[in-house]
Amino acid sequence: MAIALTPNAWFGRQRGSSYRRSYSVLPGFNLSLGYTLGYLTLIVLIPIAAVFLKTSELSFAEFWKVVTAPRVLASYKLSFGASMIAAAINSVFGLMLAWVLVRYSFPGKRIVDALVDLPFALPTAVAGIALTALYARNGWIGQYVEGVLGIKIAFAPAGVLVALVFIGLPFVVRTVQPILEDLETELEEAAASLGARRWQTFRYVLLPILLPALLTGFALAFARAVGEYGSVIFIAGNIPLVSEITPLIIITKLEQYDYVGATAVALVMLLFSFVLLLVINALQAWSSRSIGGSR
Amino acid sequence: MNHTSRRTTRFERNLATREAPWVRWTLLTLSLSFFVLFLILPLVSVFFEALRKGWEVYLLSITEETALAAIKLTVLIAFISVPLNLVFGVAAAWLIAKHDFRGKQLLTTFIDLPFSVSPVIVGLMYMLVFGANGWFGAWLVEHDLKVIFAVPGIVLATIFVTFPFVARELIPLMQAQGRDEEEAAVVLGANGWQTFWYVTLPNVKWGLLYGVILSNARAMGEFGAVSVVSGKIRGQTNTMPLHVEILYNEYNFAAAFAVASLLALLALVTLVIKTWVEHRASSQFNAAHMISADINTFSPRVVP
Repeated sequence: MAIALTPNAWFGRQRGSSYRRSYSVLPGFNLSLGYTLGYLTLIVLIPIAAVFLKTSELSFAEFWKVVTAPRVLASYKLSFGASMIAAAINSVFGLMLAWVLVRYSFPGKRIVDALVDLPFALPTAVAGIALTALYARNGWIGQYVEGVLGIKIAFAPAGVLVALVFIGLPFVVRTVQPILEDLETELEEAAASLGARRWQTFRYVLLPILLPALLTGFALAFARAVGEYGSVIFIAGNIPLVSEITPLIIITKLEQYDYVGATAVALVMLLFSFVLLLVINALQAWSSRSIGGSR
Repeated sequence: MNHTSRRTTRFERNLATREAPWVRWTLLTLSLSFFVLFLILPLVSVFFEALRKGWEVYLLSITEETALAAIKLTVLIAFISVPLNLVFGVAAAWLIAKHDFRGKQLLTTFIDLPFSVSPVIVGLMYMLVFGANGWFGAWLVEHDLKVIFAVPGIVLATIFVTFPFVARELIPLMQAQGRDEEEAAVVLGANGWQTFWYVTLPNVKWGLLYGVILSNARAMGEFGAVSVVSGKIRGQTNTMPLHVEILYNEYNFAAAFAVASLLALLALVTLVIKTWVEHRASSQFNAAHMISADINTFSPRVVP
């Protein structure tokens, strides 16, 4: 899940969108339009349409019964709840990490900066088994947390949270970092010269500027976490009604050849993701406007 | 990176942008502990677990027949799906950045759509279209073609999840660069392909490479979407991530982590190339476009 962090390129600079066709002197309009639309339809639009059409085989009452079954409801609660908490944790630590990377110099900084993207590059299945090994009862972290403190992480809902924190971290860091880098020192100098304490400067000057980007990062991390499958299923234990995420419900239904049921649950998730995509687009428009304003 | 460190000292020397030492140390400690706990430890543990039973078991696990078949299939899948999305990305970027038309905004939103679809749902979609009871299921059986539980299905699912990567990189970059150079080439008599090949492509080559390595990493590592459509037939439709899962579920942890360590190495190599490309891209772009006002429109830090 990703949205370019260059909203200007997406929301501004599109002259003449009311023109029916290209007035550019450059060739290749028909070819690239035809190819783009054809490929998009074939790969993306037809399969998405299949979900809607398959679900229409159910009456609304049947659909409602499938998507509000107790086991499915419990999975929404876990998927959305854990994703929300994970995105919140990532917002706090992601902001902190972005701040440290932009403002402080410390040994190994370039390596830290490069490795922040690890969750994007590391296959989710690898992340899943690695986290499980760490947090299991005999793992490096699990032996202290579970053995000494008695908190069960692997094979429990807390494990879902750990996996979702892992995959969501770069979204917040990478949305906040460029904004922090572009920030002019004048604002903080003005605040300091007017007698603001450092904390007040952060709270009343910097945070409002960073807020749109921070919310965008939160939404991106949340959206990715809701649909995540690979890293979660290994560590979750997948106990029905306890630690079963919604994507796993879809898989389970598929394995029982309940295609209509699987599709109904998928439709709920799909609609939710589309709404989230619109929210993220709006947040990015806001973010680009507020940055444009501060320059 | 000289630039970055200069900016950092600018913040550190300025009284107005500097925190008290204890704040600074607290922030550094907290954020770096979080970083080590959540990112470094999982990475280290992959290699540690892989080598726990020694090099012999490790080498045996990754050279064993089904592991080799999984590696081959994974490379094949990436080899097919990445170029297809590369061509699409270039076509879409040429269309959106170099032409004006109605519905451009909608089209860019549609191109982003695959990012917001859960991988599991991607697999499900292709089941609905090509599965035995799907739209084309009967037709496929009639013609003795297999998509689901076969390589074509895995390729399709992989294409879907890596669909926007290249386009995403190229569109903002090509928009920021404008149309002047291409228009000049056309006025001077170049045809479309010459314009693209000699003018546009050299300007976007780093962005292109960036998109390609990101989609390659995702293509080789995709798990959810592929696991639905693959059928997980050992030696035939098992990609590396699926092979890891099977070994893990058989409690063959050393072998699972051995194959996983190859994927982790791939991730590290990807990050190294990515960092290098970002550096090259920003220096190329800044050198060429210092005067134009749009430097900030191109940011290589784009989230996959």
